[in-house]
Amino acid sequence: MAGVLLADAQNLSILDPAGPPAESIRGLFVLVSAITFGIFLLVEGVLIYSLVTGRRRAGPGDPEPPQVYGSKPIEIAWTAGPALVVFVLVLLVGRVIWEVQPDPDRPPAGAEPLRVTVVGHQWWWEYRYESYNGRELGFVTANELHIPTGSPGTPRPVYLTLQSADVCHSFWVPRLGGKTDLLPGRTNQMWVQTDEPGLYQGQCAEYCGTQHAHMLIRVVAEPPAAFEKWLAAEAAPAADDPAGRAGRAEFLSLSCVNCHTVRGTPARGTFGPDLTHLMARQTLASGTTPNGPADLRRWVNNPQQVKPGCLMPAFALTEPNLNLAVDYLETLR
Amino acid sequence: MATAEAEPAAAPAAATRPPWTATLHGWVVTVDHKKLGILYVLMAVGFILVAGAAALMMRLQLWAPNLALLPPTTFNQFFTLHGTTMVFFVGMPLLIGIANFAVPLMIGARDMAFPRLNAFGFWATLFGGLLVYFSMVVPGGPPAVGWFAYAPLTENSFARGPGVDCWALGLIVSGFGTTTAAINFAVTTLSLRCPGMTLRKVPFFVWVMFWTSVQILVVMPPLTAALVMLEFDRQLGAHFFDTQAGGSAYLWQHLFWFFGHPEVYILVLPAFGMISEVVPVFSRKVLFGYEFMAAATAAIAFISLGVWAHHMFAVGMSRALDLFFAAASMLVSIPTGIKLFNWLATVYGGKLVLKSPMLFALGFLSMFVIGGLTGIILACAPVDLQVTDTYFVVGHFHWVLIGGTVFGIFSAIHYWYPKATGRMLSERLAKWQFWLLFLGFILTFAPMHVAGILGMPRRIYTYGPGRGWELWNQLATLGALLQAPSYLLFAYNIVASLWKGKPAGDDPWDAWTLEWATPSPPPAYNFAVVPTVRSRRPLWDLKHPDDPDWKYE
Ligand code: HEC
Ligand SMILES: [Cu+2]
Ligand SMILES: [Cu+2]
Repeated sequence: MAGVLLADAQNLSILDPAGPPAESIRGLFVLVSAITFGIFLLVEGVLIYSLVTGRRRAGPGDPEPPQVYGSKPIEIAWTAGPALVVFVLVLLVGRVIWEVQPDPDRPPAGAEPLRVTVVGHQWWWEYRYESYNGRELGFVTANELHIPTGSPGTPRPVYLTLQSADVCHSFWVPRLGGKTDLLPGRTNQMWVQTDEPGLYQGQCAEYCGTQHAHMLIRVVAEPPAAFEKWLAAEAAPAADDPAGRAGRAEFLSLSCVNCHTVRGTPARGTFGPDLTHLMARQTLASGTTPNGPADLRRWVNNPQQVKPGCLMPAFALTEPNLNLAVDYLETLR
Repeated sequence: MATAEAEPAAAPAAATRPPWTATLHGWVVTVDHKKLGILYVLMAVGFILVAGAAALMMRLQLWAPNLALLPPTTFNQFFTLHGTTMVFFVGMPLLIGIANFAVPLMIGARDMAFPRLNAFGFWATLFGGLLVYFSMVVPGGPPAVGWFAYAPLTENSFARGPGVDCWALGLIVSGFGTTTAAINFAVTTLSLRCPGMTLRKVPFFVWVMFWTSVQILVVMPPLTAALVMLEFDRQLGAHFFDTQAGGSAYLWQHLFWFFGHPEVYILVLPAFGMISEVVPVFSRKVLFGYEFMAAATAAIAFISLGVWAHHMFAVGMSRALDLFFAAASMLVSIPTGIKLFNWLATVYGGKLVLKSPMLFALGFLSMFVIGGLTGIILACAPVDLQVTDTYFVVGHFHWVLIGGTVFGIFSAIHYWYPKATGRMLSERLAKWQFWLLFLGFILTFAPMHVAGILGMPRRIYTYGPGRGWELWNQLATLGALLQAPSYLLFAYNIVASLWKGKPAGDDPWDAWTLEWATPSPPPAYNFAVVPTVRSRRPLWDLKHPDDPDWKYE
C-alpha cells in the first residue's frame, strides 16, 4: 500500500499496524472490504449486463417487453442471502470489539503496563504519567508521549485514561489503534501497545476549534532501558543551569508563569503545556513547528504567527527580554 | 375530501401578459403546490451555488500542504456553512419541493391537504436559511462549529459571537417548515387519493414520501428541542450542554444523531422513490416486487431510527452498545439491498431508453451501491474507530448524498421538468451535465477514501507535507473543478429551456402515472375531472386495455 513507501515516521496508514488493536482492526477491515467488493462486482456486473442487453433490445416501434411483476422466491432469496452475511459479520465485529477494548484493570499475565492520563486542551496534549509496572510516577509532560516497547514474553500495554479540559477531542494514532474521544465531563479508556521502537504520529480527530489541524500527536516507542532513562529525566525537576540564571529571573517575572509550569520553580500555571523539559521535545506547539533555538524564539515572540488563533497571546517582549527568556527555555533539557 | 366533481373554472386565456409585478406577486402569495414546489427547487439551486462555491474554496485550500489561501477560521466557517446548507437548504428543500410538485398530481388530487401551511413551510425554510446566512454580517461571522455542532464548542465560552445563535435559530425556523411539510405529505397521502387508489396502489414515490414524512415527524422535534436547549444555554444561562457547569457534551451528541442519522434516510429515501418512478418508465417495465419494495421502505424507516449511535463509536459508550448499534446499522443494509436488487431486476430484461432521466438513474444505481457498501464497512464498529472522522467518512457520505440523493434528484428534475414547464430540457446539455458530474464526482470522492485510510482527519484546514496525502488531495480538487461546471450547466439548462425547450406535450416519456394524464404545465386545479384508477399504473391500463395491470395486482 502507498503507506509502505513513506518514511516510517510520516506513515499514518491504518493498513500498517504496529500493535495488536490496529492489527485486529486491519484484519476486519480487509475482510469486510473483500466481502463488499464482491457484492460491488456482482451488482455492477448485473447492471452492466442488463444495460447492454437492454439497449440491444430497444428499437423504435417495438411493443413493450414482457411485464414481470415480481417473484416471491427471488425476493426471499435476496433477503435471506444478505441476512446471512450480516449475521456472520455481526459475530466477527463482536469479537473484534472485545479484542480492541480490553478491561484496563485486568492486564494480561506477565505484562508491565504503563498508565497515562491524557488531557486534551485546545490544541495541545497534556500527559500525566501515573504508573509504570505498578510503580507510581506522578509527573506531567506535554505533546510527546513516550511509551516502552514490549519484549518477548513481556507485553507492555499502555492504558490511556482520556479526559478533556475544554471541548471534545479525539486521540488517534492510526498505526497503534482506533481513535477514542476525549469528552469534557467524561473519562474514557484506551489501549495501545507495540513491540516496534519508533515514532508513531497521529492527530486530534474530533473537530475542536480554530487550530484543530495543528493538534498533532507524537508517540515515541522506545526499548525499556531507553524508556526508563527518559522516565528518570522527565521526573526530575527543571535544570538549574548557571548560564540561564538571568534568563530564569526574567522568565519568572513574566506572565508566562500564569500559564506554564516549570517544576522546581515558582512557575505553576496549568493553562499551557508543562515546560519543565521543553527542549527534550522535538516539536513545538503540538507538532506545529520543529523545536530549535530559532523556532523557539519565533514562537515566544509571536505564537499567533506560528499557530494563528492559538491560546497563547503575543507579548511584544523587548528584544533583550525575549533573548533572556528564550535563553532560559533553551536550558530546559 | 377534495374529490368533488365540480366543474372547474375555464383556464384563463393568455391574451395579454400581466406586468412582472403581478407575476411576482402571484408567486409570493401562491398556495399552489406546483408553484411552491418550483419555489423550493429554485431556492435550493440558489443555495447549492453558494455552498458549492464554499466547497470549491476548501478544495483549493487543500490542494497542497500548508497553503494559506483561507485562514483557519474562514475554512472552519466554510465547512460549517457548506454542511448545514447542503443538508437543510439544498437536500431537503429539493426533495420536499419535487415531492410538493409531484405527489398531489400522482394521486389525482387538486392540491396538498393544507395549501396555506404548505406556503408557510416554504417561507419558513427560506427565511431559516437566510437567518443562517445572516451570520455573515454579525460580529465574529458565521459559526465555526461544524454542521453537527458538538457541544461545548457551541457554548458561550468557546463561540462568543452571535454566529451560533443565527445558526441555531435559522435551523429552528426551517425545522418548523420541514415539519409542516411532513404533516402535509402524510395527510395528503392518507386522505386525498383519487377514487380507486387504495394505499396499496399509490405510486411508489408517494409511498416513499409518506415514510419520509413519518421519519421527519419523529426526528425533527428532538433536533428542535436540542437547538432550543442550546439557545437556553447561550441566551438564558442554562447548562444543558455547558460542560464547565456540569452540562453534558454526550447528551448533545445523542440528541443530534437521533436526528442526524435518520436525516440521512430523509435525504435518500425520496431519491429511492424517484428512481423507482424513472427506472420502470425508461426500462419499459413495471417496477419489480412493489410489495417487497414497499415493505423494505417501511423497514428502513423503522430500523434507521435505532442506529444513530453508530456516529458515536469513538465516544466510548460501552462494548455492548457498540455491538448493538453495529448490528442495527448492518440490519439496514438488508432492506436497502432488497431495493437495489429490485431495481436491477426492473432494468433486467427491459428495453432501455437512455434519455437524461434514465442516465441519472443509472448513475444512481451504479454509484449509490458503493456508498452503501462503504457504509457497511463503517458499521463495523472497530473499523469505524479507525476511519470515523477521517476523509474516508467524507468520501462515504458524499458518495451516498451525491451518488444517491443528487443523482436521484437530477433524474427526477429531468423527468418532471417537462410536466412542470411544458418544455423539454436540452438533452445535449443534460448529457454534458451528467458526464461531468459522474466523472468529477468519482474523481473528487474516491481519492478521499484513500486519504482517510492514510490517516487524514476531516475538518483540518491544512496538513503537513510528506504524509502521502498530497496526491489524493490534488485528485480530489481536480475532481471538484470538473464537477463545478456541471452544476452551472444545470442551472443554465433549467432557465434557458423555459424559452428554447421543445414543447413537451402531456406525456413526453410515454409514462404510466396520473401526472402524465393532465396538460403540461398542469392547470391550477390539476385535473379537469378527478380520475378514477384501478391499478398502480393507470396510464398503462389506458394504453393497454388488452393487458391491464389490475389483472395482476
Ligand atoms: C495565557 C496563557 C499563556 C501565557 C501567559 C503564556 N503561554 Fe505559552 N502557551 C500557552 C498555550 C495555551 C500554549 C499551547 C499552544 C498550542 O500549542 O496551541 C503555549 C505554548 C508554549 C510553548 C510551547 C510548548 C510546547 O510544548 O510546545 C512555549 C515554549 C511557551 N508557550 C512559552 C511561553 C513563554 C516563554 C511565555 C511568557 C513569555 C508564555 N508561554 C506565556 C499559554 C500561555
Ligand atoms: Cu482537538
Ligand atoms: Cu448514520
